[in-house]
Amino acid sequence: MLQAPELTPEQIEKDKVYREMGLTDKEFEMIKNIMGRLPNFTETGIFSVMWSEHCSYKTSRPLLKKFPTEGPQVVQGPGEGAGVVDIGDGQGVVFKVESHNHPSAVEPYQGAATGVGGIIRDVFSMGARPIASLNSLRFGNLTNDRVKYLFEEVVHGIAGYGNCVGVPTVGGEVQFDDSYEGNPLVNAMCVGLIDVKDIQKGIAAGLGNTIMYVGSKTGRDGIHGATFASTDLTEETENNRSSVQVGDPFMEKLLIEACLEVIQSDALVGIQDMGAAGLTSSASEMASKAGMGLEMNLDLIPQREANMTAYEMMLSESQERMLLCVKKGQEQEIIDIFKKYDLDAVAVGTVTDDKQFRLYHQGEVVADIPVDNLAEDAPIFYKDSKVPAYYEEFQSMPDYQPKVTNYSETLAKLLQQPTIASKEYVYDQYDSMVQGNTVFSPGSDAAVVRIRDYNKSIAMTIDCNSRYIYLDPETGGKIAVAEAARNIVATGAKPLAITDGLNFGNPDKPENFWQMEKSIDGISEACLALDTPVISGNVSLYNETNDESIYPTPIIGMVGIHESLDDITPSHFQADGDLIYIIGETKAEFGGSELQNVLEGKYFGKAPSIDLEVEVERQKQLLEAIQTGLIQSAHDISEGGMAVAVVESLFSKKKLGASIEVTGDITSALFSESQSRFIVSIKEQNKAAFESICKYAMPLGKVTNTENIQITQEGKTILEESVRELEQLWKGAIPCLLK
Amino acid sequence: MKFAVVVFPGSNCDRDMYYAAKDVLGEEAELVWYTEANLENYDAVLIPGGFSYGDYLRCGAIASTSDVVSQLKKLAERGVPILGVCNGFQILLESQLLPGAMLQNKNLKFMCHFENLIVENNETIFTSEYEKGEVVSMPIAHAEGNYYCDEETLAKLKANNQIVFTYQNNPNGSLANIAGIVNEKGNVLGMMPHPERAAEAILGSSDGLKLFQSIVKNWRESYVAGA
Amino acid sequence: MKIAKIHITLKEGVLDPQGKAVQGSLHSLGFPSVEDVRVGKYIEIKLAEEDNAEKQVEDMCNKLLANPVVENYSYTIEEVVTQ
Repeated sequence: MLQAPELTPEQIEKDKVYREMGLTDKEFEMIKNIMGRLPNFTETGIFSVMWSEHCSYKTSRPLLKKFPTEGPQVVQGPGEGAGVVDIGDGQGVVFKVESHNHPSAVEPYQGAATGVGGIIRDVFSMGARPIASLNSLRFGNLTNDRVKYLFEEVVHGIAGYGNCVGVPTVGGEVQFDDSYEGNPLVNAMCVGLIDVKDIQKGIAAGLGNTIMYVGSKTGRDGIHGATFASTDLTEETENNRSSVQVGDPFMEKLLIEACLEVIQSDALVGIQDMGAAGLTSSASEMASKAGMGLEMNLDLIPQREANMTAYEMMLSESQERMLLCVKKGQEQEIIDIFKKYDLDAVAVGTVTDDKQFRLYHQGEVVADIPVDNLAEDAPIFYKDSKVPAYYEEFQSMPDYQPKVTNYSETLAKLLQQPTIASKEYVYDQYDSMVQGNTVFSPGSDAAVVRIRDYNKSIAMTIDCNSRYIYLDPETGGKIAVAEAARNIVATGAKPLAITDGLNFGNPDKPENFWQMEKSIDGISEACLALDTPVISGNVSLYNETNDESIYPTPIIGMVGIHESLDDITPSHFQADGDLIYIIGETKAEFGGSELQNVLEGKYFGKAPSIDLEVEVERQKQLLEAIQTGLIQSAHDISEGGMAVAVVESLFSKKKLGASIEVTGDITSALFSESQSRFIVSIKEQNKAAFESICKYAMPLGKVTNTENIQITQEGKTILEESVRELEQLWKGAIPCLLK
Repeated sequence: MKFAVVVFPGSNCDRDMYYAAKDVLGEEAELVWYTEANLENYDAVLIPGGFSYGDYLRCGAIASTSDVVSQLKKLAERGVPILGVCNGFQILLESQLLPGAMLQNKNLKFMCHFENLIVENNETIFTSEYEKGEVVSMPIAHAEGNYYCDEETLAKLKANNQIVFTYQNNPNGSLANIAGIVNEKGNVLGMMPHPERAAEAILGSSDGLKLFQSIVKNWRESYVAGA
Repeated sequence: MKIAKIHITLKEGVLDPQGKAVQGSLHSLGFPSVEDVRVGKYIEIKLAEEDNAEKQVEDMCNKLLANPVVENYSYTIEEVVTQ
């Protein structure tokens, strides 16, 4: 842990102390040039956090430029706290995903909890009421005790924070793989609702206006969190628990209500939360965005601990803090609103016009930095990229042909794979219904939350199959976006836009950088094809333990809109006698499949192929059929293939069964993970109308009232199982592993 | 009929409760901040769920020390209908407006899902629209919903027919499967399940609606018709 | 200045699910001798010099800090020498 005996500027340079803070020699030279002198200890610290990957995207920026970010639906693209899309009636949906991987690896409860808190602040600081949370989690395999502990505590932390703050956790995904064993991924997404006219910006504009601080007091917690997030996890960082912040969801709840009241006041100029790099990034970014400068007197900062130094205050990542820019003379209006919630809003600084970021402490100037250089001039690194040997090997392999003899046993095994098994153990701990708008809660293809007072609702999902991305980053990137869109469309909604949580290993390794590059290419291409621009996102690099990278995991959070509540479509079969169809062609594609994992214990070969034109067409046709009122249920086919998708469609309280007739190669028909496919059910009388819209639909069978799943080929039974028994296996798998 | 929804710092089902009363039921309703509350002007009081004061110390404990609870005690004596749901129930227990206490769920985890409840007593102002023994589906969402009281209190609850809802499949370890109880007088109901989250079919169940309808109907009969 | 050190535990006879879980976990960690675990709370309160500190702490416990339906409390009050 860096302590703060005030080293002299000369010592910092001579002993290369800046390196401990995460700055390179070259960056230190740049800072000297900007300053025209040696930076002092506080200034060096300020640069180090602002120029960390977490705040500056210095490694990923050249790649992020490739993302399509525009479209008629986009109200606010990347750059603010969160992005905004138009949902009609003057309303917008605000959303963003953010990672909290490294803090969660060290202290899983607080790491996950503060991750949820941080992303919720990003959303309400835009002026939106947070209406839903989702999360995407990755862990090692549950056979390992440390992994079990991380898993349980991360879930507990998300629940502890999200439930208290009153934002329903409506969806998410959890996957398990050895590559995440020492470096779990915790990505939290928050979705908010706003009247477009109320959108706030994080700016400190207007010469002489007042900078106010509100929320929790500043303590020594989380110092260098942003830098910490941008380095590899080593045993040393595991011991470095002082880097982890503690969350107070009660304070956050008060802040939400108070800030949503404050945004209605014309005294407010700008508002931003103090996220990574705390006071430093919020204050300097607000000034820089407004083209202004800013002065703060650190003596006025509410402090939780005695004798804090300027360095500690500026780098603290204490949670639940907001920074406001308020019109001069109208401070009292703001103070009074916060007072109602027992919160103190304190004037700590002033907007200046000299474009300097100037800090006073105990009567002295402790930092004086050109704010634009600080906020915007972080160096950009163009990293080397190299095709990994494993990729070339996988591409040259013959197609993997699994050998399955006992289909029943294989299906049972697949249903018990932690990645496929029911996540009820997880989501039962989340309050998924608070606010009284949740139509589909976790367990559905996408979560659905209705918009009160309007005949519309939004669908949300978060998804990423990192096995495919590992096998083939470009194809896998396309699949990640397409699958998210499939989840949205299956509920009857039109996809609008995405947020991306890019989790990768150390980018200094050219193979890792290549994975980033290619997956971003794939994501970009799919976003263009599906008309879902990227409106916000987050980058988390250096996700590795003991030199092993995680699987490349660019998580896609997507939001869509139901144009009518009548379009909301469940994923479960609805009634005895309904016809079951499969949309999309099935090929023998098993690279990266769950079946490959079951049979071989590893992933290799080619990822499933995807044709984005076909994908778009199938999704459009299905959506049209739903909007025409022809679809009883729709479920996308993903891990485990058609057989898993069909039985999942039966795991509801409806007490139904299905009889399915397959053609061709049985193993492929049941378990292939070919893309762009859905399972749908329709009423018999809608057969002709449905078939004329969904051109790729092929009859698969019928919903029955037997509570059995029976699969036949040419009349001969190849699998017959009790739905309840399969459901028990599926539901029991994760609790059983945790025992 | 005019409902007050009392909002404490950390309440988070306040708006849900408000919309259930106002939009679904079509009655008057107001959100009332706990320090600004004058409950004299309302016909019934709803205490919503959430995490008042972050559930710090004990769920509902800190809220129970507020002035608004003194007002609630007077209203309770006068027979005004008071409904506390989830954290609202916990506040009523901590205020001793209802007997007993809440312990952590037996599995020590927060749980959120629909549960089947049995209407044990349909002779209260909150349940008269239900059948006795009717099974209704409402969500629970709590970590401390494991109801506890001593034997003597339990005997009294039973003797006075104060147990209003029980769980069909006890999820949290509650004594005697208790999900909701009324005071002796019958005008203060505390329950862990959320009727306001089960007031519209689109949310998965409308079984909670009858609870609100019962309040309105009984109020109309006793006040309006009698006046 | 005085400091009140207050312990709050669940009453005998009230099931303590957290204690049960800790007990189970201690057993599985190889402490078979653990016969019972009760998990409670510890609260420290600093008090200005007062004659009736004891009565005050007693009142605090009854009115807020402990729930008499399920919890017991005990406390000690110590003098603290301020520097």
